[in-house]
Amino acid sequence: MSTLLWVIVPYVVLAIFIVGHVWRYRYDKFGWTTRSSQLYEDRLLRWASPLFHFGILFVFLGHVMGLVIPKNWTDAIGMSEELYHFLAISVGGIAGFCTLVGLTLLIYRRRTTGPVFRATTRMDKAMYAALALVILLGLWNTVAGGVLNLGGHYNYRTGVSEWWRSIFYFQPKPDLMAQAPLGFQLHAMTAMALFAMWPFTRLVHVFSVPLFYLWRPYVVYRSRSDRLGSRNQPRGWDRVDTPRR
Amino acid sequence: MRVMAQMAMVMNLDKCIGCHTCSVTCKQAWTNRSGTEYVWFNNVETRPGQGYPRTYQDQDTWQGGWTLTKRGRLKLKAGGRLKNLATIFASPKMPSMSDYYEPWTYDYESLTTAPAQGHTPVARPKSLLSGKDMNISWSANWDDNLAGSTEIVPGDPVLAKVSSKVKLEFEQTFMFYLPRICEHCLNPACAASCPSGAIYKREEDGIVLVDQDTCRGWRKCVTGCPYKKVYFNHRTGKAEKCTFCFPRIEVGLPTVCAETCVGRLRYIGLVLYDADRVLAAASVQDEKDLLRAQRDCFLDPHDSAVIRAAEEAGIAHDWVLAAQRSPIWKLINDFEVALPLHPEYRTMPMVWYIPPLSPVVDVVAETGEDAEDEGNLFAAIDTLRIPVEYLAELFTAGDPVPVTGVLRRLAAMRSYMREINMGREPQESIASAVGMTGAEIQAMYRLLALAKYDERYVIPPTHAEQAHGLEELATECSLDYDGGPGMVDSGPFGEGSGSQTPLAVENFAALQRRQTSDFGTDPSDKAARVNLLNWDGNGSPSGLFPRRRSEDRADEADRS
Repeated sequence: MSTLLWVIVPYVVLAIFIVGHVWRYRYDKFGWTTRSSQLYEDRLLRWASPLFHFGILFVFLGHVMGLVIPKNWTDAIGMSEELYHFLAISVGGIAGFCTLVGLTLLIYRRRTTGPVFRATTRMDKAMYAALALVILLGLWNTVAGGVLNLGGHYNYRTGVSEWWRSIFYFQPKPDLMAQAPLGFQLHAMTAMALFAMWPFTRLVHVFSVPLFYLWRPYVVYRSRSDRLGSRNQPRGWDRVDTPRR
Repeated sequence: MRVMAQMAMVMNLDKCIGCHTCSVTCKQAWTNRSGTEYVWFNNVETRPGQGYPRTYQDQDTWQGGWTLTKRGRLKLKAGGRLKNLATIFASPKMPSMSDYYEPWTYDYESLTTAPAQGHTPVARPKSLLSGKDMNISWSANWDDNLAGSTEIVPGDPVLAKVSSKVKLEFEQTFMFYLPRICEHCLNPACAASCPSGAIYKREEDGIVLVDQDTCRGWRKCVTGCPYKKVYFNHRTGKAEKCTFCFPRIEVGLPTVCAETCVGRLRYIGLVLYDADRVLAAASVQDEKDLLRAQRDCFLDPHDSAVIRAAEEAGIAHDWVLAAQRSPIWKLINDFEVALPLHPEYRTMPMVWYIPPLSPVVDVVAETGEDAEDEGNLFAAIDTLRIPVEYLAELFTAGDPVPVTGVLRRLAAMRSYMREINMGREPQESIASAVGMTGAEIQAMYRLLALAKYDERYVIPPTHAEQAHGLEELATECSLDYDGGPGMVDSGPFGEGSGSQTPLAVENFAALQRRQTSDFGTDPSDKAARVNLLNWDGNGSPSGLFPRRRSEDRADEADRS
């Protein structure tokens, strides 16, 4: 059971995530967008959207800190367990709370504003449910484990994190997850569900963060392309033609 | 010197009768689909008025275009690159649907399904956004012909800048129409605002386009464009804008709006400019110098040094010849009657306007004086401050001198030609009063009043060596044609997702044939369906209207 949940499913999800994105990008560049609904309503969005997005950016950084960086690295730079714990609870808690408030407002807005709800696809609804569940469970782990100290102490950095890293160097350690508290297990499971649907939702816009904008020249020039129509010429269908200059 | 070619347009506002034919044909060709109901690549505004979207010219509010920093450097008015990225999650200065209008349709079904009843059934307006009943309270030209003027006109941001008091009493007001398309600027603020780099300027002809595959829907271009001519397609989540009908331009045909213009007031042609001078010209300190600075960017296509540099820059010789014949170059440079719209936005717009003399003529005519006498007209231009100041706020960043100069030239042309038409001796003094010769005035008259199709539209087709790339590929699946230009299908990820149908263009020879033939030709190898983008109003090709019953009956009779 634990092999299925913490070895097979993660690799399947990882494969769907990567192959799904490649496929979606090649098949559906036109559909690769934020699908903003600002035009329909912007009074709620003006507050809720930055709250959610900046919140989740910090949550993401927190996860990089907790999952990607091994404990002995932070030990090596002399960061004490207490300092790490304090940072994780305070920054993580605030960021998580902002994310949750933003998401709640956004979902409320989506449900109550007629035009926005009409523009919501079934995929959007499933994605919102998964996203909300993941965030709620994550926040619950932080609050229950870190603040209320329910169910005894659990250091995820020697448990969940090591399992997470083990997936990526192909020596999975499912036992670590099997021993983790239920809250962490559920958080990981719902997160995997979210990652599996990710390439097929509007969440793909995460991979379009336009950082290049900071360096590129203001005005972009392009030469009219020689290709026919709007699609690339498929290989093997070259026209009989004089060679290109 | 880095020579580049720019496809540009000039509109003669005196001839605009505000019929909206350009808007309607443009909409039929480009934005007649879900998600773009409120999108008007071409719209016609009544001035004074609030424009579309409402008050778009008030850049203190909407923050479009460029501004200068304290150190004199050009900067996007909405903020620099970092601020632009930081506000990406909720674009703060984007017009909402209420600044445009809520698109609607009518519940026509209720007309046919209504039971027999005492009252005539009514088709209620239904919102295309929420699907609910709605009250129609605004549209793209709600204030047409100064409708609701005492309430609406005071909200005109251009009028707010005019110092003279404006009277809105009916008999003392003035009015003209302003057709607007995308300006295809030399220094486009929309492209500079786009975080994804999806908006680009074509090297060959300067047309500004949105790459629909690269656009990620960040909506920054809508804020960046001070003319608010980039629209957000709310179904596909992508930005769309006027394309200068590039598939037509590429084969030497004018844009749909120009082709169908009833007043024949639009001119299309090439302008050569020095790309190295654009940044400096857009950054001049005094807004009133921007007009001159932009004019100085343009290069004389008759100058041998320019011709040589153009050839080195890879501009084909027939394009240089077309630039020499260009009506745009003549109107901007030779006759100096065309002016840019809002040069103070510092985007270097390339759709220019000949300001209307008619508000002045109307006032003179109402007084019972001779409205074609140059003395009366010159005096009226100098005394009628409101129209002149208003036009100056639109076309010269508030400087009345160039506007007065243009109006005096138009008045002189009226007066000079009147003498000729009345069979009197032409008076050279009228021409010299505005710094022209009689021959120049007659040339200007010919271009403004009589010019034929090929004089108004001097459009060199895309060069012959590349023309193969424009032909329709015969091996494409015939169903691909069905979608038509810009048409989107619904894929599994919402509106417009999935792979695209290619944009197909008839080849140049076929279009040329149709253009020059005396009867309505019908390309027999095409399915019987009319692509309005290519249709030139010449005859009615089959498929434009459903077949008549009598024709069907005749067919049956033939078969039996």
